[in-house]
Amino acid sequence: MAKRIEADNVTAYYGSFKAIEGVNMVIERKSVTALIGPSGCGKSTFLRSINRMHEVIPNGRVEGTISVDGQNIYDKDVDVTAVRRMIGMVFQRPNPFPTMSIFDNVVAGLKLVGVRRKGELQVAAEKALRGANLWEEVKDRLDKPGAGLSGGQQQRLCIARAIAVEPQVVLMDEPCSALDPISTLAIEDLIGELKDSYTIVIVTHNMQQAARVSDRTAFFSLEKTGDPGRLVEYDETQKIFTNPGEKRTEDYITGRFG
Amino acid sequence: MPAQRPGNTLAAGHSGVTGETVSALPTVEVPDRPAPARPEEPREVHVGEPLPKRRRYGGETYFKSLTTVGGSAVLAIIAAIALFLIIEAVPALSANKENFFTFTKWSPNALNDAHFGIASLAFGTILSAAIALLVAVPIALGIALYLSHYAHRRVATILGFAIDLLAAVPSVVFGLWGREFFAVPVQDLSIWLNKYLGWFPLFASDGRFGHSVLLGSLVLAIMILPIVTSLSREVFMQTPREHEEAAMALGATKWEVIRTAVLPYGRPGIVASVMLGLGRALGETIALAMTLGSSFVISWSVVEPGGNTIAANIANAFGEANDQGRSALIASGLVLFAITLIVNMTARAIVRRRKRFLAAATT
Ligand SMILES: Nc1ncnc2c1ncn2[C@@H]1O[C@H](COP(=O)(O)OP(=O)(O)OP(=O)(O)O)[C@@H](O)[C@H]1O
Ligand SMILES: [Mg+2]
Repeated sequence: MAKRIEADNVTAYYGSFKAIEGVNMVIERKSVTALIGPSGCGKSTFLRSINRMHEVIPNGRVEGTISVDGQNIYDKDVDVTAVRRMIGMVFQRPNPFPTMSIFDNVVAGLKLVGVRRKGELQVAAEKALRGANLWEEVKDRLDKPGAGLSGGQQQRLCIARAIAVEPQVVLMDEPCSALDPISTLAIEDLIGELKDSYTIVIVTHNMQQAARVSDRTAFFSLEKTGDPGRLVEYDETQKIFTNPGEKRTEDYITGRFG
Repeated sequence: MPAQRPGNTLAAGHSGVTGETVSALPTVEVPDRPAPARPEEPREVHVGEPLPKRRRYGGETYFKSLTTVGGSAVLAIIAAIALFLIIEAVPALSANKENFFTFTKWSPNALNDAHFGIASLAFGTILSAAIALLVAVPIALGIALYLSHYAHRRVATILGFAIDLLAAVPSVVFGLWGREFFAVPVQDLSIWLNKYLGWFPLFASDGRFGHSVLLGSLVLAIMILPIVTSLSREVFMQTPREHEEAAMALGATKWEVIRTAVLPYGRPGIVASVMLGLGRALGETIALAMTLGSSFVISWSVVEPGGNTIAANIANAFGEANDQGRSALIASGLVLFAITLIVNMTARAIVRRRKRFLAAATT
């Protein structure tokens, strides 16, 4: 499992508005890559380009190529649903399906690929919930609504839902921004564990978090509002936070900008 | 910032004019915006002043009594209607020589020889409404999903408008159209159904076809289509984007997104729209009076000439009814009232069951 992602000259549009331009980036397998940068610089846009979720927005369009283990996911004859199964996503706001139980939420993706046998689903659900560090908390109420969990638990439920289909890559867009410090720590620990099996890309506004969880950090920025966001610097997290190569990166992480 | 009562305005004035003031926020230089604090909107809270008193006769109180009156008025009107129906129905019911609930014929006018019963009418009402729903709901939901999730925005607008137009056609026009024009293809359809599926009781016939339950039900289906379509379309469009995206990110196809996110979320709304459609189908009068065969037998055949409903019978029989006949018709209206009530309560129970699951989520 876990795959290497290569973004080559990625430019993304909302209608005629160019949100990011010319992003080149190689994301190593079984690593955590943090995307940081000021609001509106296109972190989410880039993240959503990686699993082709950008194009579900009306008039959303991506140019350039993104390859996963050498295969361009934007090839004409690639099945989008297969791409999204391979590259799971966790959103900023926990979004469990409101009408489904905890169990049904976790196995929703499996049911989509046609797994029907109860036993198989149960095994997979337990594995995913354990993987998301949620099993102990919910094992006695799997049939209760997923929306009845706390925010932090809901977010871990969404992580469980994402990893239940055994993707190669997990994308997370500010997964902790709606959570308290304890839940945030729980999810950061979880990211550390998931790294052993998955390639993880995480967007965060929290510099400490980026420094804590990621191996490599990408700093995005934009010249002024209306301009497209660009990748300014991409390097080992260690290096970005101690000795950045670009003045703008340094200004941003020391809080002098953005 | 707590809301300020106008009474404080003069005393407060500008920062530090009177008494101690607690500054709201450290002032920040905002170059191209006017200064935030204007004199008539003081931004300070006085320390040590009593809190403003609750107003006894504020808008809140008036509004509350207004809504209470409105709510009770509805109840009172419903009770008054029920009472009126019962009182008016009693004379005919006591003169009736048959069991009102099991007798199928309707001859209530003879003064000392009234024979009438609701059985065939109630049966016909429910049968034609059920068939109309069976035909209309899947089509309506299909159109609604097409409009909300598949169609190009411009196509959706035009089609949505056309469907709203359909809702504006008066039912008497539907009745005329059904009787004069639509009856022909429906008769062909009936013959075809009878030929290939005649073993099935609904399509059995002794060889006669014409103004049948099928014709009435299909006209009815067309009439309730717009309500069900536009309401459920509205519901489908309200599906939170984040639920749809959650499904898509799991690799769901469009139809799978609809199944996992759109339909479950919209279920209470779908039930509500179907119930509105059913309410219209049960109460529809003139279109059915014109398209059904006005018979008084309980027959499962929907292709034979025949069929009748409570409402259609009221329209047909009202003209030549005497006082006692009218009283009998009112008794039938009471039954229609009860059927509609039961249907609505069932629908509410279904919606509530769903709500309980969701409510458990937030507690
Ligand atoms: N649905 C949309 N339609 C049009 N423009 C959009 C849409 N979503 C984002 N944009 C624009 O694209 C640019 C990049 O947005 P994006 O959401 O990727 O920024 P971000 O870096 O994730 O910001 P934040 O840190 O605030 O989440 C912004 O200028 C934004 O206004
Ligand atoms: Mg974002």
